[in-house]
Amino acid sequence: MSQDVPEATSQAERSDHSPWNWLLLLPLLATLIPPLYNRVSPELFDIPFFYWYQLAAIAIGVISTIIVYRMTRS
Amino acid sequence: MFDNVDAVQITVFTILFVAVSVLGFVAARWRRAEDLEHLDEWGLGGRNFGSWVTWFLIGGDLYTAYTFVAVPALVFGAGAIGFFAVPYTIVVYPMVFLVLIRLWSVSHVHGFVTPADFVRARHGSSTLALLVAITGIVATMPYIALQLVGIEAVLKAMGVTGHLPIVVAFAILAAYTYNSGLRAPALIAFVKDTLIYLVIIVAVIVIPYKLGGWDAIFGAAEAKFAASPNPGDGLILAGPAQLQYATLAFGSALALFLYPHSITGVLASRDRNVIKRNMAALPAYSFILGLLALLGYMAIKAGVVPIGADPEAGEPGDGNTIVPVLFDQMFPSWFSGVAMAAIGIGALVPAAIMSIAAANLWTRNIYVEYINKDATPKQEAQSSKLASLVVKVGALLAILGLDPQFSIDLQLIGGIIILQTLPAVALGLYTRWFHRWGLIAGWAAGMAFGFWATYQIPKVSFSPEGEPVIVKEHFGGSGLALSELGFDTTVSIYAGFLALIVNLVVCGLATWAFRAMNVPDGEDVTKTSEYFADQDDPRLRDLPEVVH
Repeated sequence: MSQDVPEATSQAERSDHSPWNWLLLLPLLATLIPPLYNRVSPELFDIPFFYWYQLAAIAIGVISTIIVYRMTRS
Repeated sequence: MFDNVDAVQITVFTILFVAVSVLGFVAARWRRAEDLEHLDEWGLGGRNFGSWVTWFLIGGDLYTAYTFVAVPALVFGAGAIGFFAVPYTIVVYPMVFLVLIRLWSVSHVHGFVTPADFVRARHGSSTLALLVAITGIVATMPYIALQLVGIEAVLKAMGVTGHLPIVVAFAILAAYTYNSGLRAPALIAFVKDTLIYLVIIVAVIVIPYKLGGWDAIFGAAEAKFAASPNPGDGLILAGPAQLQYATLAFGSALALFLYPHSITGVLASRDRNVIKRNMAALPAYSFILGLLALLGYMAIKAGVVPIGADPEAGEPGDGNTIVPVLFDQMFPSWFSGVAMAAIGIGALVPAAIMSIAAANLWTRNIYVEYINKDATPKQEAQSSKLASLVVKVGALLAILGLDPQFSIDLQLIGGIIILQTLPAVALGLYTRWFHRWGLIAGWAAGMAFGFWATYQIPKVSFSPEGEPVIVKEHFGGSGLALSELGFDTTVSIYAGFLALIVNLVVCGLATWAFRAMNVPDGEDVTKTSEYFADQDDPRLRDLPEVVH
């Protein structure tokens, strides 16, 4: 980096290229392949798997994003 | 105008509605600026919203009243496919996490207000910027109109008919948006979202309890779909619908943050960390949306009949009314009034932000670019304020004067056309490899394909014998049967996703061709390091000047 670029910016550049960012792909893999969850059983509290799995997958998205945020913040 | 109106219900609704209207006007004084007559203040709330305000604002912006009535309606009618809203809003935040912070940084260094501002500076093409701006305006207009459909569904369920209430509601909305700018929806979003969370959490506890539990609810839904002649409905996806489900979720997620109103919410935030934190916190709304989708099944079990429906004549009625009708049946009057208000107010926040975003596109990328090149910041703000009024009147006329179905069709196409700005905006944040004329060629090809594809898609219903009957020849949905393209299969795919692929292929080929012909590239006035700038960076301008 050239000298006129502030410290915060070069830190931001490093965090934008952190390998932790690959974790952001996990929620996509968990939800964009319907054959993984397109079934009725096992049911949870009488709710078919298709529905409770995808509601639970919201947590996968949140946890992945929080980990990436905490590991890459400056 | 009023038949069978419940006095308690409508009183609660009206009190809440009036309260947020007052809030909308008071908002002008909130985080008071020295001068509201600047686009950064009127149109972006001072570019200084912290994590909480941003969370309420973007949440209130993206999860609209129309979403709240249309998603459960889809689940009510077709089952599993309507649940696509959940994977859609799961994948969107991780996908845009890294992209939005780049957009925020470069926009704050240069003072960009709209995505087309960025395109203008990055690709050095005012034609491309104009196309991106027009695409944004055209995609947003029907979306605003649909918020009216959301309010209308609530009013119908309360027994209020006629157009006058909607005209009044929209006139008030237009007045405080004009007065307070983005501060109005930001402040109202606190009320809207609090009411929505309250209502949905109460609904998913109370309604299943009253209906005999989840087992009974899913049992009723299963029985309905088993009896229905439509092979595409059911508690889980039919085999050929899986590709459409995944591509619809993925394509919608790609499109969401290309919409000008989403970008307005992002650019109004204070720094990069506010955006990052919000990408982790916004899925709370996705959870609420998932629960809301399940209200569609509760409505089946509760035997809800959409308003205007006549089962014997085969008239389906207004499917969008099922959630308001369900609330009406299940809750005591006072609480159903709260629930109706939650949806009604839910329409105001996105309608305000969308009209501000469309107005900013008009001002920055058409008015300043072509009509008044030397506009002062005050003239820019004035132009946007007026344009926000025009946009709302247009939306109102579209709903009152035309068949609302026209707006629904346009909104369907809206997602597909806004996707065609992805190469110039989102990929443009990462690479300048694409030639400006290549991007224009790709945009044109993607648009043409998108229109052609949606024109080919009929709306089909099924006779009791299971025979398909075409009820609407064109623009009947967004799932394109691959057999239309000559493939021997029953699989269908989201038309917007295919249109984007067409766009990208043409974009690549045309870039190669223009380079081979030595057509000069546009000038890029952004620098690599600017894509990482954060709040304490001295290059961030306090009062951005117009970029030309």
